[in-house]
Amino acid sequence: MINKFKQLAIAASVAAACLGATLPSAYAAEEQFFMLPSYRVGPYGANGQSFYGGFIDYLQYVNMKGGIDGVQITWEECETEYNNAKGVECYERMKAKAQKAPGPIHTMSTGISYALVDKATADKLPLAMMGYGLTSAVDGSVFPWAFPLVTTYQMQASAIIKFMKDKNGGSLAGKKIVHLYHDSAYGKEPILALQAESKLNKFELIEIPVAHPGNEQGAQWQRIRQEKPDYVILWGWGVMNMTALKTAQKMGFPRDKMIGSWWAGSEEDVIPAGDAAKGYMSATWNVSGKAVPLIADIEKTVYGGGKGNLKDTSKLGTILYNRGVSAAVLSVEAIRAAQAKYGKGKAMGPDQVRWGLENLNITEARLKALGATGLLPDVKTSCDNHEGSGKVKMQQWDGAKWVPLTDWIEGNKALIHPLFKADAAKFAKEKGITPRDCSKEK
Amino acid sequence: MFYRETGQFKTSYAADQQIFPIRQDRVGVILLLLVAFIVVPLVAGSYWFNAILIPFLIFALAALGLNILTGYAGQLSLGSAAFMAVGAYAAYNFQVRVEGMPILVSFLLGGLTAAGVGILFGLPSLRIKGFYLAVATLAAQFFIVWCLTKFPYLSNYSSSGVISVPGVEMAGFTFDTPQSRYLLVLSIVTVLALLAKNMVRSTTGRAWMAVRDMDVAAEVIGIRLMHTKLLAFAVSSFYCGVAGALYAFLYLGSVEPDGFSLDLSFKILFMIIVGGVGSILGSFLGAAFILLLPIFLDISLPWLSELLHLPFDGATVSHIQLMIFGALIMFFLIVEPHGLARLWQIGKEKLRLWPFPH
Amino acid sequence: MQFFLEVLIGGLLSGVMYSLVALGFVLIFKASGVFNFAQGAMVYFAALSLVGCMGMGAPLWLAFILAFAIMTLLGIATEKFVLRKMVNQAPIALFMATIGLAFFIEGLAPLLWGNEVRALEIGLVDEPIAWILDNYNMVVSSFDLFAAGLALALVALLALFFQYTRVGRALRAVADDHQAALSIGIPLQHIWALVWAVAGFVALVAGMLWGSRNGVQFALTFTALKALPVLILGGFTSVPGAIVGGLIIGASEKLAEIYIPPVLAGWFGGNFGGIEGWFPYVMALLFLLVRPEGLFGEKHIDRV
Repeated sequence: MINKFKQLAIAASVAAACLGATLPSAYAAEEQFFMLPSYRVGPYGANGQSFYGGFIDYLQYVNMKGGIDGVQITWEECETEYNNAKGVECYERMKAKAQKAPGPIHTMSTGISYALVDKATADKLPLAMMGYGLTSAVDGSVFPWAFPLVTTYQMQASAIIKFMKDKNGGSLAGKKIVHLYHDSAYGKEPILALQAESKLNKFELIEIPVAHPGNEQGAQWQRIRQEKPDYVILWGWGVMNMTALKTAQKMGFPRDKMIGSWWAGSEEDVIPAGDAAKGYMSATWNVSGKAVPLIADIEKTVYGGGKGNLKDTSKLGTILYNRGVSAAVLSVEAIRAAQAKYGKGKAMGPDQVRWGLENLNITEARLKALGATGLLPDVKTSCDNHEGSGKVKMQQWDGAKWVPLTDWIEGNKALIHPLFKADAAKFAKEKGITPRDCSKEK
Repeated sequence: MFYRETGQFKTSYAADQQIFPIRQDRVGVILLLLVAFIVVPLVAGSYWFNAILIPFLIFALAALGLNILTGYAGQLSLGSAAFMAVGAYAAYNFQVRVEGMPILVSFLLGGLTAAGVGILFGLPSLRIKGFYLAVATLAAQFFIVWCLTKFPYLSNYSSSGVISVPGVEMAGFTFDTPQSRYLLVLSIVTVLALLAKNMVRSTTGRAWMAVRDMDVAAEVIGIRLMHTKLLAFAVSSFYCGVAGALYAFLYLGSVEPDGFSLDLSFKILFMIIVGGVGSILGSFLGAAFILLLPIFLDISLPWLSELLHLPFDGATVSHIQLMIFGALIMFFLIVEPHGLARLWQIGKEKLRLWPFPH
Repeated sequence: MQFFLEVLIGGLLSGVMYSLVALGFVLIFKASGVFNFAQGAMVYFAALSLVGCMGMGAPLWLAFILAFAIMTLLGIATEKFVLRKMVNQAPIALFMATIGLAFFIEGLAPLLWGNEVRALEIGLVDEPIAWILDNYNMVVSSFDLFAAGLALALVALLALFFQYTRVGRALRAVADDHQAALSIGIPLQHIWALVWAVAGFVALVAGMLWGSRNGVQFALTFTALKALPVLILGGFTSVPGAIVGGLIIGASEKLAEIYIPPVLAGWFGGNFGGIEGWFPYVMALLFLLVRPEGLFGEKHIDRV
């Protein structure tokens, strides 16, 4: 009986958490509202599940620790199914609620980010796109409200090349590298960067697209077998990743010559491939595991208190879960930064949160204070640089877990950042935007 | 009682041939338009414009296009989204590449380009029928989306393939508020819907219906099959193309080829099935239903789970939403295969006699 | 030449995998005239049920039987609650209903079994056969060979079932003419439920092979899109057509992916890979222009 009652109580609290934000809460004076256009069904639902689970768990954790200097966080989810139009609907539905004191908006979808960038700018709401597009928003002078925080596809591609170079004694001249990519905006974004790298480092680049959804790659891998490349860069998403690993095994291509992007490097991508994934490497901007004190503490505090978002606790500490936590950490830190300037213990308005995102300075020391040492790289943003880090780590799948191989590797900023500038300038011209003068921003 | 045409005598051919021959219909349509053009902009908020009314009108237009092809001419198509994509990308290219191109002309050219592509993919319909044709239209769906991905020219050399449309301007006026966008979409959709209503009762429309009911018989009575079928493809694709252009310019603001996926085609097909195959009104009702249902479920399910103390987490709610959506589609097809438009029809017939049904 | 052969063989073997999914479509279309778009969702559901049962500790054979039982239940329920109520409706309405069914299953499956991506181990390793690799330097996967063998066995089994059992004969009678079958006392509804159960069985086999190849996850529903061109090429009503169509589609799709993009790139400049999504459809379309009823489909004669 008591047990049943407890279950009901948990159920009600979960439901209340889902609904919490929709109820008028006059008693809580200061609240910061996070809108979460999330996805938990459809082809990428498994990925969304872990990411948003981690994200919400951290928000819950902050609340249980007393909020952001007393400011409680509320949030509301809305299912987008990774569909642009649905994402827009979710955004429009929740935006009125977010106008007063918003959290950065995470869509975890390049397409939805593209669709929202104009709207968010017009509505003055901050958009965060950690590790996905629109990547030219690195240039904050054209995109004041959009933040591709931590790192971008282009910088990641550059970092992967750097890693290969280090492995090959500092030179890639004469090598052959295949870029096997999902034939969409996501897979195409790094191409320009890879081409620039190929020119600089004198390796041969072969681009092989895979049609969506990528559950059949026989022809592509036969071509790879024929070309005999030194490395294959895998820029896949969803089912394409395990199919690539399985087909590589079938064609006898060594997996330790395959390096994935960070959306091709989670447990969801390798576990279904079984033994075929052993030795496969990928980039990542956050580490996995519960060794990070923060993750362990979330498990203890949030799940111990029966307020966890995930039913399946085995997801805790996975790459995507930790990525959700990392994204939430940065969002909350941005609000803290804003509070430090505009007044502690107050809910921050959109402009103030935007300022916080633009003036983030997450040092090693700060990460340590959060218990997140090594979880993600240090981040320092500015008007010029909405990316703030550009660093990734390489990790390798040993058959049971992701093992970090390197320290943080920074891409070739001098080569890549001008690409963003050029892209942003073109965007500004098409849209008739006059860029801000970053030297005047403080 | 309220819907009775007794006593409305026609004294000229013109009066007999007008679009809405019954006075109550005329008054109803005028009232509806008055509400849509004047009352709605005054009372609706930005969420209603941006997330419901604008997409509703755009999808209704696309559904109208598909209804012309499937409902009136009887050619099942699963490629509507691809024709929307053609319209969107064509309008974008005209707008970006031709200096000073008026936006309405861009929309029109976008629609015409889609019509041209539609004719091309309509050609097989002369030989292939039924489900074979339906699957063949999938060729259009996948091929067109692939082309838009592969020719960088079409997306103005955007490195990611995503196009971001310029602002919409007409004679110095910028359509940047939700109201103004809504009114622009509403005007275009109203004009095109009235045109369609007129077209389906003309010679063309009657030829389409004859072909739908039995094409061999239609051919025997002297209807040119090729001409009729291709015209249906052209007009249908034109409507879808304009809808696509509006979708890109006035709704999303940026589109990528992948956005015009098979799912979107299915969504449009659902709209005409639920709304009513072979009905202009049905296209609107269906669009409203398919658009509002998921939003309604999204809002009501968490509330319901709270009320009943059910242990739902976010994922469960999403899965149940999908199930209810599928179940409702089946339910509709079982209970009212002619769609919402048929319910409206029945309602009208009841009103005719009400309150004295005998 | 040797590379060409390797691609060809790889393509033929992939084609068999498409045939497996197409078979399910054919069975249902043949017996009830329903173009069952939910077949892809059924593949997903079947594979998920199989993994789910195995996750609870059942060995493969037991899990297979349990999953088959679940698929049979699903088939009976579909017949009872949907198809039976839609008798005499237009084929397009039935088709739309199966799209609705697909959504329903896509929601139901992860609700029952969870939506995480899972591995399915059936004790087969997808690696190149060593002696072919050594002697001819060609990659032929043992897994694909096994899958092809299984598919052929399945087709043979179905052929025997249709030809020599009482139920099979009843099925063929229903397929030929519903009314005539009814009038000689064949219970239409039982037969339909049975067909859906058999289609569920085929979906289970397809789901098992696809699932162990790519992991069990939502993307299994997309296998339907691979099967549709096979279906139009082979004809909606022919079991051998599904196999032959699959072989043709598989081989030509792979060869096209290797040899056509370079040609296109030569003409227009740029990268034209990834044509696999549309090539089978366009090919089937062109083929239909010559033979509108598919390779083995029944010729339809229009009478006024």
